[in-house]
Amino acid sequence: MTRVLMAKVGLDGHDRGVKVVARALRDAGFEVVYTGLHRTPEEVAVAAVQEDVDVIGVSILSGAHMALVPPLLDELRANDAADIKVLVGGVIPEADRAKLRELGAAAVFDQDATTDAIVEWIRGNAGRGGR
Amino acid sequence: MTARVDAIDPGSPRTLGRLITRIENDPGAAAEIVAGLWNRTGRARRIGLTGPPGVGKSTLADQLITAARGGGLRVAVIGVDPSSPFSGGAILGDRVRMLRHSGDSGVYIRSMAARAHLGGLAAATRDVAYVMEAFAFDLVLVETVGVGQSEVEIMGLADTVVVATAPGLGDAVQTLKAGILEIADVLVVNKADRPGARETVMQLREMRRLVPHHDAWDVPIVETAATTGTGTAELWDAIRRHGEHLRTSGELDARRSRRAEREVLDLVETALASRVRATLRHDGEPAEILAEAKRRETDPHSAAKAILDRLGPPSRG
Amino acid sequence: MATTRKPEAGLPAQAGPDHIAGAQAEWEARDVREAAERAPERSPQFETLSGLPVKRLYGPADTAGLEYLDALGFPGRYPYTRGPYPTMYRSRPWTMRQIAGYGTGRDTNARLKYLIAQGQTGISVDFDMPTLMGYDSDDPRARGEVGREGVAVDTIEDLADILDGIDIGAISVSMTINPTAWVLFSMYVALAERRGVPPGSLSGTVQADILKEYIAQKEWIYPIPAGMRIVRDLIVHSVAHLARYNPINISGYHIREAGATAVQEAAFTLANGIAYVEEVRRTGLEVDAFAPRLAFYFIAERDFFEEIAKFRAARRVWAKIMRDRFGARRPESMRLRFHCQTAGSSLTAREPINNIARTSLQALSAVLGGAQSLHANGMDEALAIPSELAMKVALRTQQIILDETRVASTIDPLGGGYFVEALTDRVEAEIWAYLRRIDDLGGAVAAAEQNFFQTEIADTAYRYHQQKERGELTVVGVNKYVDPSGGDVPIALHEIDPGVEAEQGARLARVKRERDAREVARRLAALAETARGDGNLIPPTIEAVRAHATLGEIVQALRDVFGTYVERPVF
Repeated sequence: MTRVLMAKVGLDGHDRGVKVVARALRDAGFEVVYTGLHRTPEEVAVAAVQEDVDVIGVSILSGAHMALVPPLLDELRANDAADIKVLVGGVIPEADRAKLRELGAAAVFDQDATTDAIVEWIRGNAGRGGR
Repeated sequence: MTARVDAIDPGSPRTLGRLITRIENDPGAAAEIVAGLWNRTGRARRIGLTGPPGVGKSTLADQLITAARGGGLRVAVIGVDPSSPFSGGAILGDRVRMLRHSGDSGVYIRSMAARAHLGGLAAATRDVAYVMEAFAFDLVLVETVGVGQSEVEIMGLADTVVVATAPGLGDAVQTLKAGILEIADVLVVNKADRPGARETVMQLREMRRLVPHHDAWDVPIVETAATTGTGTAELWDAIRRHGEHLRTSGELDARRSRRAEREVLDLVETALASRVRATLRHDGEPAEILAEAKRRETDPHSAAKAILDRLGPPSRG
Repeated sequence: MATTRKPEAGLPAQAGPDHIAGAQAEWEARDVREAAERAPERSPQFETLSGLPVKRLYGPADTAGLEYLDALGFPGRYPYTRGPYPTMYRSRPWTMRQIAGYGTGRDTNARLKYLIAQGQTGISVDFDMPTLMGYDSDDPRARGEVGREGVAVDTIEDLADILDGIDIGAISVSMTINPTAWVLFSMYVALAERRGVPPGSLSGTVQADILKEYIAQKEWIYPIPAGMRIVRDLIVHSVAHLARYNPINISGYHIREAGATAVQEAAFTLANGIAYVEEVRRTGLEVDAFAPRLAFYFIAERDFFEEIAKFRAARRVWAKIMRDRFGARRPESMRLRFHCQTAGSSLTAREPINNIARTSLQALSAVLGGAQSLHANGMDEALAIPSELAMKVALRTQQIILDETRVASTIDPLGGGYFVEALTDRVEAEIWAYLRRIDDLGGAVAAAEQNFFQTEIADTAYRYHQQKERGELTVVGVNKYVDPSGGDVPIALHEIDPGVEAEQGARLARVKRERDAREVARRLAALAETARGDGNLIPPTIEAVRAHATLGEIVQALRDVFGTYVERPVF
């Protein structure tokens, strides 16, 4: 069973995208844990470890991704959880996408990415063996 | 990854998380893990919390965690939610209601979906509770949604079972099935600030009189408004009093003994059923008998008896 | 029922409805059938974006039951379907109010002055996430977000910087802020006082609509009852002291952007409006004493005619609600006035230059729908906060609509149109159906607590998502007419100054050093005391901001009293 943590980090309150993705992942047969809104990177890392998820899907539309994703990656590493794959989605300019990948994000999706693409990525890269 | 169970660091949430995952995915591994940790279990208080959807259980759980932390207890929470019957996936949102504890290392929250666990959901939940105990949590809180047979089974792992309802859920009390009422040690009417709360309390009182409780404990009905914290102290106190009652009356040992028996039988039955099914999948007499039954050449009773005879006589002594 | 007239010599007889229906049936059976055989219609069924059916042709039969004076009336008269004012744009065009806000107060001040110089007629300020959510710029939770999505405001001095050199007695100032609206409002009032501007000449607005936060935009601090109390106090104080100020913009924009349909947007907004009216009325204030100051805020989305129908239907429904449900007697209480913004989420990151066309059409629908104030989005909306150029183009778009197209030469030009009137009626009926359901649940607040709106919105959002992914909802350049070579015209995006967080932090530190800490403590204590009782929160807040209490300190003082809101998410 593949477990995914859908996370909203920072003060950005847009949850339309994260909820649509959560539903699509559920319909694809994954177990999805939702962090709720306005979480800090530290809180997301704690949840990811407790839930032992395969993937964290972080949604950020506020532009603050460079301030929020690196600390999340650091926290995961500090807690022996660097093997949890971090996907980032939202409003992420091209230049920042490369930087995030360099820092350890497994993939970055732009706003036009389909949920099918996200599901396929997870199936191909993170499942512990699906359903 | 095979965890050397005796080398486990009881302080590591990462390790606990991974063990829980193995338990969920592999009953064989679960057996090994629990056996290896057995001498570290048995010390935690176990509270079960269930009720129909929409009564505010997660908010109640959140309040109970706060109360427990106030008493210096380390708390582990299992939140069980249904899986989609179509896809087998699930969206698990319980921990959102318990957000304020996310920075507290004395609180561990794990979401479990009801999915088709190989050994059954109740067995998996039991094993997860054991592992949590072994990681030095003083209180294990298991929250499930629903009031059917599977909830009754899961609640079997608890020392104190709290059943919650709320006014305005159609006929709030009728939604509680007899099975769950029988095992309730504490009844809660949440959202007690809403209209209809008085009626719900009275209906519960009626039901409580009609449903026998198997020991001398007088099941209290506590009114709460969990979003404001009203009634939480009373609920925590009722749970504490029940715990005392269990200890002083000897009921705790009796319950645990019954629980252990049920658990062993459940595991044995599951394993036997599994073996029988495996046998029936291979060629041989039992499989042929089953094939005859499928063609309606034999009635089900005769087929079953014949298969059992082939599998060996019941052992004596 | 029309009657046939005796034909004048040489003129055809006026046809009755049966005659027309017969002629139409004949047209369909022959002309349409033949044409469709040669070129089949593009779809077996046409619908608005919200899913309302759209016929091939509308005609007199569709407006036969329309009683002009009851259903349409005149602009500025009940039921205000055609507009809230008798002369509308012929006297006063809609306010062109492009939003601005980023970095520090000084940065935003520069952009505001630029826009005013380019012809903007009203000010609109957007704030950064920490300010919106009640955190100071030096709070750990503000990390990475200071001055990013809007301007940072920690104390009254930041607002003073934003409005430096701007005559707030002469230009209306709109502040897009919600859970902390009451604090910004207090800063604004205190600033006006400092500048000697009489409160009666202050015009403008704070958005302050907390109910839509719980259900859509998700900017919240306190639990719902406390949130409502704060809005109530804001409205009561404003109505008593600021004769020209609109203390709330009851909003549909965010409800729509969260995934709702046009019908849901209008219905949920009006339901929230009802809840606010009830809340304020409970203080003993007469409806006619405050309702004239309630303003609204809708989106202009991409289905051109549906949006226009929505605006007209909303005006009609609100008028009926105010008169029949609340017994309002003053026309000002019954007429719905709204600010409008074109739809942000309809704009694309791919081929952003197409967004100019999208925004222009949406802005046009807002004008034809009778908006009082308009922000047109920048082409870079999906990529960053607006650049100067993007805002200039958007402003020019508005100016072109006003000064070149001449659509504003007459009022409600689509009025009487068969399609628009039929659609207006249909949207109105759908709104009433929702309002009945919400009433059955106990009103908007109860419905929000039961997750009613949130569930409806989540379901609609998911349906749209599926339509988009299946290609049933076309997004030009993204899922249709996709240019594989890219072909994007590079556009310069607004760049965040990385030094803003440090600069703002230093500024805040200086204010804190120079203020009287004991006075601040006293004022915060007094504010908390008022919060525990039932007094109006605005006066003690004004005192607190004057003493240079920070936004974060004020919010925290009330958090200790009210607690925080935790959502129960639905998917």
